[in-house]
Amino acid sequence: MSDIVLLVVTGVGLGALYFLAASGLSLIYGLMGVLNFAHGAFMVAGAYAGWLTMTGLPDTLGVTVRLALAIAVSVAVGALIGLVVEVVLIRPLYRHHIQQVLVTVGLSLAAVAAIQGIWGSDAHPLEKPRWLASTTRVAGAQIPTDRFLFIAAALLVFGALLALLHFTRLGLVIRAGVENRTMVEALGINVHRTFSVVFAIGGAAAGLAGLLGGVYANSVSPLQGGSMLIYAFIVVVIGGMGSLTGTAVAAAAVGLVQQLANYYAASGVGDLSVVLLLAVVLLIRPASLQGAHS
Amino acid sequence: MSTMAATGPLTTSPTPILRVEDLHVRYGGSHILQGVSFDVPATGVTALLGRNGVGKTTTLKAVLGLAPRTGGVLLDGSDITRWSVTRTVREGVGYVPEDREVFGGLTVEENLRLVGGDVGADAAIVGELFPDLVNRREQRAGTLSGGQQQMVALARVLLRPNRLLLVDEPTKGLAPKLVTEVADVLGRVAQTAPILLVEQNLPVVRRIADTVVVLDAGQVVYRGAADDLMSDPDLTRELLGVSMRREARQ
Amino acid sequence: MSTRLKALPALALLLVLAYLPYVPVELPGILPGRVNGPGAMQLLAICLTMAGIALSYDVVFGRTGLLSFGHALFVAAGSYVLAIGMSSMGLPLPVAALLALAVTTVLALVVGGIALRVGGIAFAMVTLAFAQAASIIVLRNPGNITGGEEGKSLNRDLMPELFLGVSNAPYRYWLALAFVAVAWLAVSWLSRSRAGHAMAAVRENEARAAVLGFSVYRAKLISIVAAAFLGGLGGIVHAIVLGGSNPHLTTAEFTLALLVMVVLGGAGSKWGAVLGGFLYTYADSRLVGLSGSPVLDSLPGAVGQVVSQPLFILGTFFVIVVYFAPTGLTGLGKRVLRKERVT
Repeated sequence: MSDIVLLVVTGVGLGALYFLAASGLSLIYGLMGVLNFAHGAFMVAGAYAGWLTMTGLPDTLGVTVRLALAIAVSVAVGALIGLVVEVVLIRPLYRHHIQQVLVTVGLSLAAVAAIQGIWGSDAHPLEKPRWLASTTRVAGAQIPTDRFLFIAAALLVFGALLALLHFTRLGLVIRAGVENRTMVEALGINVHRTFSVVFAIGGAAAGLAGLLGGVYANSVSPLQGGSMLIYAFIVVVIGGMGSLTGTAVAAAAVGLVQQLANYYAASGVGDLSVVLLLAVVLLIRPASLQGAHS
Repeated sequence: MSTMAATGPLTTSPTPILRVEDLHVRYGGSHILQGVSFDVPATGVTALLGRNGVGKTTTLKAVLGLAPRTGGVLLDGSDITRWSVTRTVREGVGYVPEDREVFGGLTVEENLRLVGGDVGADAAIVGELFPDLVNRREQRAGTLSGGQQQMVALARVLLRPNRLLLVDEPTKGLAPKLVTEVADVLGRVAQTAPILLVEQNLPVVRRIADTVVVLDAGQVVYRGAADDLMSDPDLTRELLGVSMRREARQ
Repeated sequence: MSTRLKALPALALLLVLAYLPYVPVELPGILPGRVNGPGAMQLLAICLTMAGIALSYDVVFGRTGLLSFGHALFVAAGSYVLAIGMSSMGLPLPVAALLALAVTTVLALVVGGIALRVGGIAFAMVTLAFAQAASIIVLRNPGNITGGEEGKSLNRDLMPELFLGVSNAPYRYWLALAFVAVAWLAVSWLSRSRAGHAMAAVRENEARAAVLGFSVYRAKLISIVAAAFLGGLGGIVHAIVLGGSNPHLTTAEFTLALLVMVVLGGAGSKWGAVLGGFLYTYADSRLVGLSGSPVLDSLPGAVGQVVSQPLFILGTFFVIVVYFAPTGLTGLGKRVLRKERVT
């Protein structure tokens, strides 16, 4: 029984990371039709910004405080980079979808290479406060405490995004835009500002996902963003593009499948099972995955 | 192709709210509008007529900027060809598209607030012209009937001050009773802002239109007073391929 | 211009390239050592192999308009099944090659069949997922058959002497050249066939293609399978040229590199794909050599470190190309030619 509890919580914890990475992608694609390959670069940027913060701040502050600040920095850096990328690279290519995708591809290659150039291709260890590195006893199972941090972060972001979407004007424009972007413009609403904000939000969530991914792996490395990005893509496809709740459910499912398969079968099978899950979902309900931009 | 040359004067005074000059639209290899020119007077309803596929919707889209265009478009004397769609709408051109295009996932209230800011169904005009919508404000727009959706599409453009309204086939697919309702609403709206109306339903045109512009093969083939055209069944049949004998009893 | 005449420049170039192993000239800075020396021959062989692989990707992306991120999967399949067939199963080279092609084709049918259930961006992401799955399988090295990060060398005992050894680099070069020629002919023939016309119609406008009576699904699937077949063949050649299977072929980076190659050269054009593939691979390998150069030492620390990364330069260059020359080099070339013809 305690095994199941451990697997479920760690699975959902993993899913929490995927949700953080995927939520921004889902919104960006749902609203703007841009398949953002640079999202992986946002994650790596957030991870490295957080790592630099932690190693740059004086030890006297204590690990927990430094981590908290690192989190704040990674979110801010992610948001800033997302905003800049949208305004400088994406906006000028408005309505040229393939070119927008290609630009994000080029950006992702260049950004990761730049990070590798400056800080090397090896992983850099990330300090973890003792209370986070230990385990917590829940229902007879010893669960790594950091999983709870991930789940808390994901719930917070989910709640915040939901509130944004349903209680603010910006959220209203986003929801309408996901359905029919052209009509929103035809009602006199400037979607460009909304696009920039959505990219910034996506970047912020990605930055957080990157740093927490580093917490999970106990290190930051240049290729971390890329591997998480693929899972984020899978989550977005399964969950439905532009649907926040769908993304949340899919993220939890993917995390659980991966964890369960890795445990009950062999390590590595979990990753393959996720692809299998994608294939199964596609074979059963392809219609739900079209989104507004098939 | 009709032998009728474009008859009827372009309005001389006062300034037409909209002047379209030699408008061309080429899209995907087809030359849809081939030099369309007409005026929309600053008051009343101008109906844009023509057979199916002749370019009526394309004309509205071109005026707004939703279709790639060359030529002149003047709003109250100002050249708007360089304006973005958003700017054109903000400057007072309201657009009610064919097929309504309300946001199905949003409630009626939200659909209205999108345009009206903080004011949705509470706006005076909504209560006045669309009382049914006030009752349905929390209902998802996707669950409304066609007629109700049409009301939403109309109501939302009225939440902004308009200098001109572009309305595309508002009675399409509606039951006769609803057709009357929509025509009534449009008639009342026309008292506050001029309307360029694309319509296939000729009784509606006869009821509320003041001027008509007829398109054929990408060009204007007739301009004049609505009454003149509507009272001439031979002419209507020639230009529109429809017999006016078929009058809907309302 | 008749088709025969149009083929003249390509034929001429082919003949020139075929003659290169007899050219002892040195081109310092451009090629390492003599043109027909092993270093240069090997480099050119790799560049040509990639040119052919890029050509195979162009079938899917440039000609049919499918944004597939799974092409690396098929190239890797060709390469790895060949290596595994020879090492683990002891199959002779021709048999292993046929097996590799068969496996690649079946894989394409399966992956294509599933991925085509959705369109547009979802399709792209699904192909990416499958490619990633393959990457994971290869890297985890189940039962030690894939060699993990080290790659899998070809069984030297079963390899024809012709392709082994440093001094036989010209023969590997000719093999790569033959591959490009075969791929070129295959793509030419395909684009003129009924299926090819269907693909072009689908790329232009799917809805209209359907109305015109083309089976959109079938055209797309044929495109994927044909591209995969050629890609798998490229994988086989790649393995022979390198002496083994390289896990780099399974990475997302390689998939993206294929996309970059085709767009740089000009999507939808044979010359474009070949040029893009060749130049990208050339630049990638030569730029690494730059990292020791004094030019970079003079740049301030971080800037020098960043610029020394070949992918940084390529990625940035790609962004510039997408912005200012989205039709790639061949598109630019055509524009220049048109201007000359008018004046």
